Amino acid sequence: MKSSRKASGPARSRTDAERSPLDIDDHVIATAFLGGVPFFATAGGAVHRLDEGEKVVQAHDGLLTCVRDPFSQTLLTGGEDGRVLRLSKDGSTEELASVPRKWISAVSGGPHGAVAYAVGKETRVIASGTSHLFTEERSVEAVTFAPKGLRIAAARYNGASLHWVTGTAPPVELEWKGAHIGIAFSPDGRFLVTSMQENALHGWKLDSKLSAEARHMRMSGYPAKVKSWSWSPRGKWLATSGAPAAIVWPFSGKDGPMGKAPLELGTRANIMVTQVAFHPSEEMLAIGFIDGMMLAVRISDGKEALLRRQGKGAITALSWDEAGQRLAFASETGDCGIVTISD
Amino acid sequence: MTDTQAAKPIPVTVLTGYLGSGKTTLLNRILSENHGKQYAVIVNEFGEIGIDNDLIVESDEEIYEMNNGCVCCTVRGDLIRVVEGLMRRPRFDGIIVETTGLADPVPVAQTFFMDDDVRAKTALDAVIALVDAKHLPLRLKDSREAEDQIAFADIVLLNKTDLVSAEELADVEGLVHAINPAARIYRTERSGIELERILNQNAFDLKHVLEDDPHFLDHDHDDHVCGPDCDHDHHHDHHDHDHDHHHHHGLSDHHDVTVQSVSLRGGELDPNRFFPWIQSVTQNQGPSILRLKGIIAFKGDDERYVVQGVHMIIEGEHQRAWKDGEKHESRLVFIGRDLDREKLEKSFRACAVQN
Repeated sequence: MKSSRKASGPARSRTDAERSPLDIDDHVIATAFLGGVPFFATAGGAVHRLDEGEKVVQAHDGLLTCVRDPFSQTLLTGGEDGRVLRLSKDGSTEELASVPRKWISAVSGGPHGAVAYAVGKETRVIASGTSHLFTEERSVEAVTFAPKGLRIAAARYNGASLHWVTGTAPPVELEWKGAHIGIAFSPDGRFLVTSMQENALHGWKLDSKLSAEARHMRMSGYPAKVKSWSWSPRGKWLATSGAPAAIVWPFSGKDGPMGKAPLELGTRANIMVTQVAFHPSEEMLAIGFIDGMMLAVRISDGKEALLRRQGKGAITALSWDEAGQRLAFASETGDCGIVTISD
Repeated sequence: MTDTQAAKPIPVTVLTGYLGSGKTTLLNRILSENHGKQYAVIVNEFGEIGIDNDLIVESDEEIYEMNNGCVCCTVRGDLIRVVEGLMRRPRFDGIIVETTGLADPVPVAQTFFMDDDVRAKTALDAVIALVDAKHLPLRLKDSREAEDQIAFADIVLLNKTDLVSAEELADVEGLVHAINPAARIYRTERSGIELERILNQNAFDLKHVLEDDPHFLDHDHDDHVCGPDCDHDHHHDHHDHDHDHHHHHGLSDHHDVTVQSVSLRGGELDPNRFFPWIQSVTQNQGPSILRLKGIIAFKGDDERYVVQGVHMIIEGEHQRAWKDGEKHESRLVFIGRDLDREKLEKSFRACAVQN
């Protein structure tokens, strides 16, 4: 390690126990576990999985986004080929939509097989076999289902739009000047947070009893764009990339992080954090850096454990398995792997 | 992805021009000519590009104002998304961005300076404006965009020259020069031009900017394309600083030209005066400045200092040593609207070394 940081493991975890390096000759965009099988999705469109050996399926001609469907054991992908796919644990794919000549860079999974994706100014939802279309005034940069799956939120220029997927209720328009490029609900659905082009997060308290002004939450001060974020298991914390430390905002109170300072975890001098991923059951955060290094940090006491010294390139994806024992990581240079954290 | 790809930024060429100016013809040339290079092309509509190529990307123009209180700080959100996607699969030698006929080239260019991720992986190479030689006078009457595109360009292709007489051509070229005295002008028919004259120009690279143009801001330099019929006034006197430089030559003849340029020329400057001055000019008059370019001679500095800017964005660095016998002269051109020529000239002169 270059810094003088001491690597001492969180109480229950020893690291470096096992590592399974996987070298993919491509920029890896996402990683996720499906039923214990780790998947790695590449920019070229190939999806690799480690299921009794390495297996590869060519899903897209150019893959732009890959998210794990929170409601099922599948992945949802969007590509330069204008297709939206659902990918199952056995590597089989199902085409959910095809929009020739458009890039699909935003997808989200909802309950009972629902899927949302963005095309230009449109948020499109397919739920129970029915297509719904919501048109915004400006391009839709990101979409996400609310935790219960009844609403879909779209990030756009000057704010976010919330639509009920079914029914005729008018959308809720949340305005805040600037370009909003990422979007996420807190796990309890009380907060909606966006990442912005100008190196900041914005948030809204969704409690409709508040005045429009009282609903805003501004989270700024990042030296870089926030491209990765992760909620702690019960939604008490929101960890983010975009600084030379993981910036972790407290969301336990009714006002979210307003008037409170964020935690700064895993601070390194001028080495940017590129990915963060909370452990699925404990308040422990995995942090990936631009130089390929990875740390695990426990929230309660800030104790750090070194998970990986360095790699060939920036960490682009981190994902825990369901049991929280294995952490899959991927990078822009294709050096991927799995760190097993044993008891 | 190899280290060399990561290290060398991908050049980006921006292609502007009014509808019918020949952009599609030029794009088709770039895509189909046998030059051994691969270009990713970002277009607004596939339209007439009759070439099937998976490196052609359709993108909806999406202008984002940066939330920093600066009205001219705009970027193209769609380009950020597409360029980031393209850069994850670097299987091409350059990116070409085609803008719509009515597009403002400024947000396109600023995207490559203002977005950190885009900036880290790409380098704006040059802005090329195609001009329909026959219809330019008419275009200038009915649109400000045609003028903006010329004003903002590094290279102007004066196209469809076969459709005008020699006189008309000279007039149109005078117009282009009046709008943008710093641009290189090429006369073309059917967008025919050697691609090495328009691609890989490094027009925004301070190490190269103005490097091959020893007569920057001189009108009568060798590679200028004035034909035998050129009736530009060539009476420029470099040593007389009191006269009104000829850069706005023809302006009075062309009532439809609203862009102006202010060329400044002086001897050695005092860096302690020049830097605060240029900062203040770009901060206060940024919205009025479309482009600025300059070579600065600092007192006691044996290297040329070069600056270039777009609105409020300004960059400067040492370029190379002054050559033996090369005159240590400072030259700066502002292209924009509502520029206060007198004030700029006066304040620029105040940056001179005081004896």
